[in-house]
Amino acid sequence: MLTAVLSGFVAAVFAPLIHRAAPKKAGWVIALLPLALFVYFLSFLSRVGGGEVVPFAYEWVPRLGVRLSFLVDGLGLLFALIISGIGALVVIYGGGYLAGHREQGYFFAYVLAFMASMLGVVLSDNIIALFIFWELTSLSSYFLIGFYHERQASRSAALQALLVTGLGGLAMLAGLILLGRVGGSWEVSSLVGQSRAVGSSALYPAILVLILLGAFTKSAQFPFHFWLPNAMEAPAPVSAYLHSATMVKAGVYLLARMSPVLGGTHLWLILVTGFGAVTMLGGAMLAVLGSDLKRVLAYSTISALGMLVFLLGLGTDWAAGAAMAFLLGHALYKGAFFLIIGSVDHESGTRDVTRLGGLRKAMPLTALAAIPAGLSMAGLPPLFGFIGKEQVYESLLHAPGAAGVLTAAAVLASMLFVVVAGLCAVRPFWGGEVETPKRAHEAPPSMWLGPVVLGALSLLFGLLPGLVGKSLIASSASAIAGRPIVLKLALWHGLSPALGLSAVTLAGGLGLLAAAGGLRRIGSRLQGVFRYGPERGYQLVLDGTNAFARLQTRLLQSGYLRYYLLMIVAITIWSCGYTLFTRGGLHSPSAGYDDLRFYEFGLGVLILLAALAAVRSRSRLGAIASLGVVGYGVALVYILYGASDLAMTQFLVETLTVILFVLVFYHLPRFRKQSRSLSRLRDAIIALAFGGLMTLLVLMAVTIQFEHPISEYYTANSAVQAQGRNIVNVILVDFRGFDTMGEITVLSVAGIGVFALLKLRLAGKESKE
Amino acid sequence: MTSIILCTATRYLMPLMLLFSVFLLLRGHNEPGGGFIAGLVAAGAFALYAIAFNVAEARRALKLDPRTFIGLGLLISASSGVLSLLGGAPFMTGQWGDFYVPLLGHIHLGTPLVFDVGVYSVVIGVTLTIILALGEEE
Repeated sequence: MLTAVLSGFVAAVFAPLIHRAAPKKAGWVIALLPLALFVYFLSFLSRVGGGEVVPFAYEWVPRLGVRLSFLVDGLGLLFALIISGIGALVVIYGGGYLAGHREQGYFFAYVLAFMASMLGVVLSDNIIALFIFWELTSLSSYFLIGFYHERQASRSAALQALLVTGLGGLAMLAGLILLGRVGGSWEVSSLVGQSRAVGSSALYPAILVLILLGAFTKSAQFPFHFWLPNAMEAPAPVSAYLHSATMVKAGVYLLARMSPVLGGTHLWLILVTGFGAVTMLGGAMLAVLGSDLKRVLAYSTISALGMLVFLLGLGTDWAAGAAMAFLLGHALYKGAFFLIIGSVDHESGTRDVTRLGGLRKAMPLTALAAIPAGLSMAGLPPLFGFIGKEQVYESLLHAPGAAGVLTAAAVLASMLFVVVAGLCAVRPFWGGEVETPKRAHEAPPSMWLGPVVLGALSLLFGLLPGLVGKSLIASSASAIAGRPIVLKLALWHGLSPALGLSAVTLAGGLGLLAAAGGLRRIGSRLQGVFRYGPERGYQLVLDGTNAFARLQTRLLQSGYLRYYLLMIVAITIWSCGYTLFTRGGLHSPSAGYDDLRFYEFGLGVLILLAALAAVRSRSRLGAIASLGVVGYGVALVYILYGASDLAMTQFLVETLTVILFVLVFYHLPRFRKQSRSLSRLRDAIIALAFGGLMTLLVLMAVTIQFEHPISEYYTANSAVQAQGRNIVNVILVDFRGFDTMGEITVLSVAGIGVFALLKLRLAGKESKE
Repeated sequence: MTSIILCTATRYLMPLMLLFSVFLLLRGHNEPGGGFIAGLVAAGAFALYAIAFNVAEARRALKLDPRTFIGLGLLISASSGVLSLLGGAPFMTGQWGDFYVPLLGHIHLGTPLVFDVGVYSVVIGVTLTIILALGEEE
């Protein structure tokens, strides 16, 4: 199982190489991996359908209780199948859609990495692992949305999606940690049993709101919906994969997964159902007002996600089953639609509904694939979308309260789905032919395969709902409810109220479709109003953050080395001194000075005099030489006390420092007194305070008696364990080798930094000359 | 400004300093010395060379770009930790062994020495990167 989840990441590394070796066939070859995963997950179908839950666990960070544990139940399997199956089709489609694109190889890499992260999300049992995979989906989707990175719009859309979902992800992490603490476990499967304890905890509202923030941002729920239409800057296969079938459903998945843990409360009902309903209606309304088919699809996706959230909020068994049926139907038809619109855009050069028509002759197979997708979206028999919609109506009619209002909302949204289906499936392909920017012709096999397969599945599952009914839909609904659920999916339920509502939906939808042109005109008039939506808030926050960053950079980063030094030293004095004085660290040093030798005293005086000479020196060289004397004096002190390694280092560093200073001289202006007396006085006070503080600190430090000084350990073990007698060196390369590793890395970075600064300045000078 | 005395002295001093640095490096585990100090001595030798002659000469004597030493050193240090992994121990656990080398007899060698060689190389690289770049700017 670990191999299955992680194989995508490994393959992502090799995808660009495969693409380089065989640019034409890469899509077909790379699609073998998702296909193999799909088959692998299919093998779980009978076991999971029988109500079994298949766990896999690997220790990851045992000390922190983080296990890489996976769980295959109905819910996870349904998602895993959608992810790997549509993943294979999308990779193949990408092979045709981006044929000849310079960075196509990276596209495959990003898609595979995304697929692997997504599989990780839906199969993880451990909530920390789930979070990590969740963030990985945000990250890989950032690359995918910004795939056309030469475009400003692409870049800002990618950043927007990353910021919005990333912020939600952080909130979710906080929520998950709280949940883990309250529930006493990091595994969802054991948290399910703790739902009563979690629900009655005082932290429950915080946990719920934080986790909902994560789910709502990911699944583009109001008021965070705005990133999704903007993310349509991505290539069509990306939109099909991320923005209809998988990533945006991660939020829905999280709600479904958390439903048995967090659900069933009044707060859950109000928040989840409320936001879901607003999103469902708002998204559907915005969908029919636009004319760019991809944005129309994006808004209708938002609406569908809203419906899913809305259903999960209700929390009845029936609603859970309806949500899962609707989810599968939606993944099939919406994925197909994004691919179809991508093909239309690719072949005709436009995706503006008002400029398309009559493409069925030029693109017969694509037009054919649009028929089942459109019928399924409109919720007509015998497609699977019909079954999903009937389930939704049935579950709402049986809702515990306010059934009338809930049903009416769903019917309204479904009517608008009919309009969207008409716009996407009928308008481009039927009616009179319209002049398009490019002369349209049929898309290559790689690009019609996906829509045709998805359309065929919509039809197949519609005709034979038993194929998925028990094994996938019922078992995933059981995972949501936390107990086994029996569900009956069928095309014909008899003359039920739901069937009547379906007829009403169709009639209303067709009526609205006839008036679609008028709706678009209203939409273009309302553009001015929409500018004040939540996206405006996002923009304000982003601009504000940037402005604040500029302001504090101006305040703190003066660009003068002396002020940086001043700041560092002053803050050290303040923080250390403050702690020392207030925490009573100050006491009279008990060490006596009786055994002070005369040469030690002489050395001290020499160091002091040299320091004074450095300050008073009238020439630079004099100052440097005096400083060198100070350094050598300190090195002598080391020798006197037997620290030969330290002394050697000190000598060498002093020597090289003097060399460096001499080299720097060439580049400095003539030495003269530039600072005013007042600032010199300030510097003197700060310097004296710093020196005094360090002296005090050292005096205090040597008088502290530890229970067991750590040096004893090193003395005892250096030769025995590390086979070396020079303790200093043994500590450096063995006991604390990791630290040294870090230090030489920092040293390297600093060296390269200095080099870059010097060379950049040189280059700048040359270009000016 | 070229000083004949300095140039001549440097010709004899530099090999000695480099030898001394290798000596410091090798004995570091048991006697005062080690990669950091040895690296500074070696860097000092090349800095002396650069002052006595000029930076271009020093670069020629160095053969490789000092920045290459940085990368090489980091690579060696990191690989010394990986060697322990191959031995089945956690990353950077010291691995020791006795080797027989003709002429020298039995010597006791371990991964910490390899690590120290990496440190030596990084210190030479960083110090000379800065010193030579500064000296070149004249």
